[in-house]
Amino acid sequence: MAYRGMTVETVSLSGHNGDKISAYVARPQGAGKFPGVVLIHHNPGWDEWYCEATRKFAHHGYAAVSHNLFQRAGEGRSDDVAAKVRAEGGIPDAQAIGDTEGATKWLRAQPWLNGKVGAIGSCSGGRLAFLYACHTKSIDCLVELWGGRVVMKKEELTPKMPTAPIEFTKNLACPMLGLFGNEDAAPNPEQVNQHEAELKKHGKTYEFHRYDGAGHGFFYYDRPMYRVEQALDGWKKVFAFFEKHLGK
Amino acid sequence: MCTSVVEVCGAEGAGKSEGGWFPVTSAVVSYDHPHHALLEEAITIDFVNPTLGPGARAAVEITLESAKALAAALARAIAGAEEMEDRRGL
Repeated sequence: MAYRGMTVETVSLSGHNGDKISAYVARPQGAGKFPGVVLIHHNPGWDEWYCEATRKFAHHGYAAVSHNLFQRAGEGRSDDVAAKVRAEGGIPDAQAIGDTEGATKWLRAQPWLNGKVGAIGSCSGGRLAFLYACHTKSIDCLVELWGGRVVMKKEELTPKMPTAPIEFTKNLACPMLGLFGNEDAAPNPEQVNQHEAELKKHGKTYEFHRYDGAGHGFFYYDRPMYRVEQALDGWKKVFAFFEKHLGK
Repeated sequence: MCTSVVEVCGAEGAGKSEGGWFPVTSAVVSYDHPHHALLEEAITIDFVNPTLGPGARAAVEITLESAKALAAALARAIAGAEEMEDRRGL
């Protein structure tokens, strides 16, 4: 069932250390109650694709929030802000975790929420979604879309990213869905295998799906890596997973 | 970014962004997902002035091959410029 009418707004919520950050919110029209989804944007920024994805979840009956992880870099076009963040070596992992917990808490305080919240992120946002899920008990499930650098070499670690997310796997406290392209270089198939092996080792509940003929970012309809068949199947899996764990 | 290829250096001059010309203070060279070029990865060069905010950015996103050609062209132009400066110094 599609929810054609929706309420869309930008709100301010408390992120890491109580800092005020903006968030884009879309939910179906009406009193609810709706399951919640927190979207964790990628390093190309808090951009149009993430706003569209937020509305897509509302169209499917979810109350969705996408918070601006790059708030502190200043106002501007999303690509300019993302370039500034890139030049600064990215954002600190701890800050992203704090901001995302803030978005989840904000969602949980809304009267139209059904009490369930899932998290999803793609690319670097997929990495942060997994990292966040390993640091919280506030979400009911996680979708990681081709998270780059979940597995990191020692030389890739920085003060902002001091620990590879895979090291926190044992703390994951909710079921997880992971979608990956077999032609991706980051994460490459070997890294996806390591990621899965660690989940298996710690007895976590997860589903991994690997797509042939797809590389990185195969959901992005405005980029050359878009793969329509794999993307459509992937979205189906995302919605089936959220319906199973968040209800509707 | 899903790569960690980012190089930053000082750059003194001027660049043009949507808001017009601005004083440039640094250049950022990375290999990452481009925002606009229809490539999976691109060499992105940003001439920026962080003190003026994110919009003070003159950017290009080009293929790796184009970047190699650009680096060679830059090296040739620098060699020519240095030769000229040497002559001027005589």
